[in-house]
Amino acid sequence: MTEHDPEKLNVAPGTPHSNILSETVAYLIGLALALVLTGVSFWVASTSVLWGPGVAVGLVVLAIAQMGVHLVFFLHITSGPDNTNNVLALAFGVLIVFLVMIGTIVIMTQMDANMAPDPALMNLQMQH
Amino acid sequence: MTTVEAPAIGLTHGGSEDTGLGHRGPESKSIVVPYGFWLFVLSDMVLFSALFATYASLSHATDGGPTSGELFDRTLVAIETMALLLSSFTCGLAMITAKRGNMIWTLGWLVVTGLLGLVFLSIELYEFATMIGEGAGPQRSAFLSSFFTLVGCHGAHVTCGLLWIGTMMAQVWTKGFREHIMRRLLCLSVFWHALDIIWVAIFTIVYLIGTLP
Repeated sequence: MTEHDPEKLNVAPGTPHSNILSETVAYLIGLALALVLTGVSFWVASTSVLWGPGVAVGLVVLAIAQMGVHLVFFLHITSGPDNTNNVLALAFGVLIVFLVMIGTIVIMTQMDANMAPDPALMNLQMQH
Repeated sequence: MTTVEAPAIGLTHGGSEDTGLGHRGPESKSIVVPYGFWLFVLSDMVLFSALFATYASLSHATDGGPTSGELFDRTLVAIETMALLLSSFTCGLAMITAKRGNMIWTLGWLVVTGLLGLVFLSIELYEFATMIGEGAGPQRSAFLSSFFTLVGCHGAHVTCGLLWIGTMMAQVWTKGFREHIMRRLLCLSVFWHALDIIWVAIFTIVYLIGTLP
């Protein structure tokens, strides 16, 4: 960040840059990248060119990339020294989000595999 | 930012006392308030992660009812995504013009942001109404319960955001770009951008992966 002010220790999340051109250009770049990633996501989901089982993983990767674009270009989260607090809070948030999601999915898949009753029994239950 | 250095003599112990706040005391309100709001937004994302985990666990528990592949319309979702992404962009433009004290453009971009948010919300409500009309309401199966909870929670956030946009327009109009108004605008933009980030996860996990062949 060339515009980093040494007097400034912290910057609030979402604070725009100081120059109107560089600000608007940053938002335009962010919008263009987000549009491209969204377009690729929808294309990947509807095409039959790609290897089917890999599509879901690819979509997740594209989504994470787009979230990164939003964080950097719209919320102005940078690696600069004035952003340390924002990045640390974000890192902690991401840690908890992954713990909750991956933990739940792993545990529930295991439970499902270990405890699901016989398929014939399931059908019986559904008819009630 | 403009804190005065403590005098080198007097109460300080050679200037080495650690207050836990750094050498210059706490940051100004214009830093602390948006930072606190950033923590709230992150905790909101943790809330959504629990809803995502629930949806992922229950997405195949359709109880013989309609599945995600039969229910979701990708064209509508693409329009919703476009509306929300563009509204995130115009919200950023509103912040740029607000920082320069340009009343007309700030209000103009906020109006555009709100209208795009309204387009998003209308499409979502239309989708919900259609699904409930087809008998695919939240009480039909565990999959639909978790779907309506997750997407409905995001929709509720967008509704709050729309109310907030309207409130901020009134405040900017009547009070001008005072410091506390600018703080609120900044928090609003952080909130609105965060909603778009959550929508990226929703359209990927719920709508795209859910409708894969």
